[in-house]
Amino acid sequence: MRIILHVWRQKNASEPGRMVRYEVNNVNPHMSFLEMLDVLNEELVQQGEDPIAFDHDCREGICGMCGFMINGRAHGPEPGTTVCQLHMRHFRDGDELWLEPFRARAFPLIRDLVVNRSAFDRLIAAGGYISVNAGSAPDANAIPVPKQAAEKAMDAAACIGCGACVAQCPNASAALFLGAKISHLGLLPQGQPERYQRVLKMVSQAALEGFGHCTNAGECEAVCPKRIKLEVIARMNRDYLVAAVKHLGVKEAVEAGVG
Amino acid sequence: MELDSKCPSGPIETRWDRHKFELKLVSPANKRKYTIIVVGSGLAGASASATLAELGYNVKCYCYQDSPRRAHSIAAQGGINAAKNYQNDGDSVYRLFYDTIKGGDFRSRESNVYRLAQLSVDIIDHCVAQGIPFAREYGGVLANRSFGGALVSRTFYARGQTGQQLLLGAYQAMQRQIAAGRLTMFPRHEMLELVLVNGRARGIVTRNLIDGKIESHAADAVVLATGGYGNVYYLSTMAKGANATAIWRAYRKGAFFANPCFTQIHPTCIPVTGEYQSKLTLMSESLRNDGRIWVPLKKGDTRPPNQIPEEERDYYLERMYPAYGNLVPRDIASRAAKRVCDEGRGVGPTGYGVYLDFRDAIQRLGVNVIRERYGNLFEMYERLTGEDPYKVPMRIYPAIHYTMGGLWVDYNLMSTIPGLFVIGEANFSDHGANRLGASALMQGLADGYFIVPYTVGDYLASTKLEKVSTEQTEFRDAEREVAERIRRLLSVRGRRTVDSLHRELGKLLWEYCGMARNAQGLQYALKKIPELREEFWQNVIVPGTGEEFNQSLERALRVADFMELAELICYDALHRNESCGGHFREEYQTPDGEALRNDSEYAYVAAWEFTGVGNPPRLHKEPLVFEYAKPTERSYK
Ligand SMILES: Cc1cc2nc3c(=O)[nH]c(=O)nc-3n(C[C@H](O)[C@H](O)[C@H](O)COP(=O)(O)OP(=O)(O)OC[C@H]3O[C@@H](n4cnc5c(N)ncnc54)[C@H](O)[C@@H]3O)c2cc1C
Ligand code: SF4
Ligand code: FES
Repeated sequence: MRIILHVWRQKNASEPGRMVRYEVNNVNPHMSFLEMLDVLNEELVQQGEDPIAFDHDCREGICGMCGFMINGRAHGPEPGTTVCQLHMRHFRDGDELWLEPFRARAFPLIRDLVVNRSAFDRLIAAGGYISVNAGSAPDANAIPVPKQAAEKAMDAAACIGCGACVAQCPNASAALFLGAKISHLGLLPQGQPERYQRVLKMVSQAALEGFGHCTNAGECEAVCPKRIKLEVIARMNRDYLVAAVKHLGVKEAVEAGVG
Repeated sequence: MELDSKCPSGPIETRWDRHKFELKLVSPANKRKYTIIVVGSGLAGASASATLAELGYNVKCYCYQDSPRRAHSIAAQGGINAAKNYQNDGDSVYRLFYDTIKGGDFRSRESNVYRLAQLSVDIIDHCVAQGIPFAREYGGVLANRSFGGALVSRTFYARGQTGQQLLLGAYQAMQRQIAAGRLTMFPRHEMLELVLVNGRARGIVTRNLIDGKIESHAADAVVLATGGYGNVYYLSTMAKGANATAIWRAYRKGAFFANPCFTQIHPTCIPVTGEYQSKLTLMSESLRNDGRIWVPLKKGDTRPPNQIPEEERDYYLERMYPAYGNLVPRDIASRAAKRVCDEGRGVGPTGYGVYLDFRDAIQRLGVNVIRERYGNLFEMYERLTGEDPYKVPMRIYPAIHYTMGGLWVDYNLMSTIPGLFVIGEANFSDHGANRLGASALMQGLADGYFIVPYTVGDYLASTKLEKVSTEQTEFRDAEREVAERIRRLLSVRGRRTVDSLHRELGKLLWEYCGMARNAQGLQYALKKIPELREEFWQNVIVPGTGEEFNQSLERALRVADFMELAELICYDALHRNESCGGHFREEYQTPDGEALRNDSEYAYVAAWEFTGVGNPPRLHKEPLVFEYAKPTERSYK
């Protein structure tokens, strides 16, 4: 099949970018989307042009490195699928597709479809962990964890940190990503001691990084390749409220806009 | 040079404890005066960086991805072994030790493997404390499953995302140390050279992948945790960026490379569909717990699988290996698949595939149980192939998956270069000629959380290290060498893309040094590889410049090193006149086609020394002594 692509080309953060049109012929429906770009890039290189830069590594939908917008949708049209696992059988001969990088204030552009998502690492550094040094743990079965809690924690822990939720959100909010980590750790007994400190620190770091506020648009859930549920945001908000009340008192918490 | 493995003697059960006691300690106040470089942020590198920082060292960690959380450990699906005996099914440290030595076909060190089995239990404790959401039973205790090569159930798992969860635990521990100011992370930095000062590893040269800047970094010790070199075959289950550059550069600087031909081929991967294929996807071995592997009894039977009646199917693993059945180790399952396909009984459009069928398990346990156990793997299979494995059997075929070989290290995980430690898949240490499933995660974390933090301390406490600065000539020379390599690659301006040359190298290796090898084929490959390397340096095209984000250049630098490594792999495979584990030499097999080991001549680690590009490497032997697990024929029948 034949696919027409319009791709955002931008050499680096300081030079202006633009959309460039390409035609890819002989696309095999069993190819992945990134394999189609590989084939196009091979041709570009043969012709002495710069290939399209895009991030990827595992190509198994788990490392979270890949991701760009296809026709305005992060990771493209298939629900629950990263762009590295998106196969061309989901497109039709002659389809015309627009590829753009994830755009958000907190994700500055590096080149073409590649952006810098280090802000996510700093959100985790703000408190997305359980403080335990190697060597100090009790026996693994000392604290039973109800199966249901473990399963729900795992649902949230499945987040791959790709940033699609931020890119799709009209406010470029990181709420789904934050909620996922806060829920994962907060659902487990091991995560309780730092539960309320964690939510305060991570949420305030998000504001510092330039992520927007969550207004419950729900766009994030629709594009999340790991199907992280909006309920993680609700959980985070509840924890934040409790934390703020504990920390600030009810009046200040309300004034600070918690809720 | 004599290879001293520094393995302790005495009863195996107490070797590590005694050794640990004898290791020198750095006083708490002095730790922060030492800087340690860790290259790699996979399970091995992340756990080592976090733990060294927790101890108070000043740590710098590097990875080529945009975040340490993306290291390829993230892709491990199935699980991690530990001798907890929570199932009360007769497991013990000794049994895990024995299974690992036997699984490795008696080509690994007893002392190392015993220590690994001991530490396995501490790993699970630590990971649970970090909040890893392992699978649980209804009573709240940890659940287990079985993996190939074992008759007990000792594998801990977090759905089909065990590697992801373990890595995120270690990554979060790193982030905690970053926030505490003891650890500095350098993402999108690729190590391109190792720097020695007075014969000791004292730093590295990196390229910043965003702007191309070549930079030196100095330290008191260097730890390489850069993963496996399976991508030398082009198609593998590795991440696209996985490379051998860090260990290859160290090899060129004098670190010995051990058992490079011990590569693992995983039996359950999704078959190749076309020339454009960029990588292969693994379907976890855990599927073999419930899936049954078969091919049609008749050659060229093209009926859809569900129309082939029971009596016309050959469940060949169950037939050939009744004791272990579908759970035989990987090397055996892979070779059996190759054999039935070579007989013309393979399935799918290319004839290189076998069925992995869940029909019986679904009948026995119900769809819901199967969905709970493997739901995400089934979904992944359907996403990739467009076929529903709940209804039609999966099609699978072996693919390059793991490299048991790697830089030679002693019991302290130090290479032949003083001050250079190597951990995780990048070293050769624990898996002999074949790794058992769920043992790599265990090894990476044992190395990183519980071994290297002590042994690096011992090195620092017992060595007088002069001050070094990145201004001195050793660093400047290394930077110049890197810049020159880049300039050469950019100036070729030939006609072939990096990928096309890499693909050709991969096909050559897969054909002559893949699942089955013979002297004639290896000699042919040894003639072809230098020619291809020449072609690479004469005819590669690398667009763009060195001073920008340039993914073609990144790949070219990696493939340039693969072009040299491929030759070493073939030398090693040719010299080892026996079959063992993943190394199957067709000349050495039993009448029924099983691997024929030669313990009297080859019970050693082959450690190779670099003697210049294009020159045959020099062989050093570390004899292997088996005091506990006596070598026997490795039977799974
Ligand atoms: C698909 C798949 C499934 C698997 N499933 C299992 C399983 O279920 N159980 C099990 O035990 N094992 C499994 N394995 C094996 C196991 O995952 C790996 O052996 C292990 O995770 C390797 O960890 P590592 O820390 O050594 O390296 P990796 O996780 O590969 O990390 C390598 C690190 O080095 C960095 N790096 C590499 N080169 C450079 C360079 N030149 N400069 C800077 N940084 C560099 C990378 O950025 C990365 O951070 C699986 C492997 C694969 C591929
Ligand atoms: S929540 Fe979903 S979309 Fe957002 S980073 Fe995680 S996996 Fe990606
Ligand atoms: S490349 Fe790893 S998730 Fe897509």
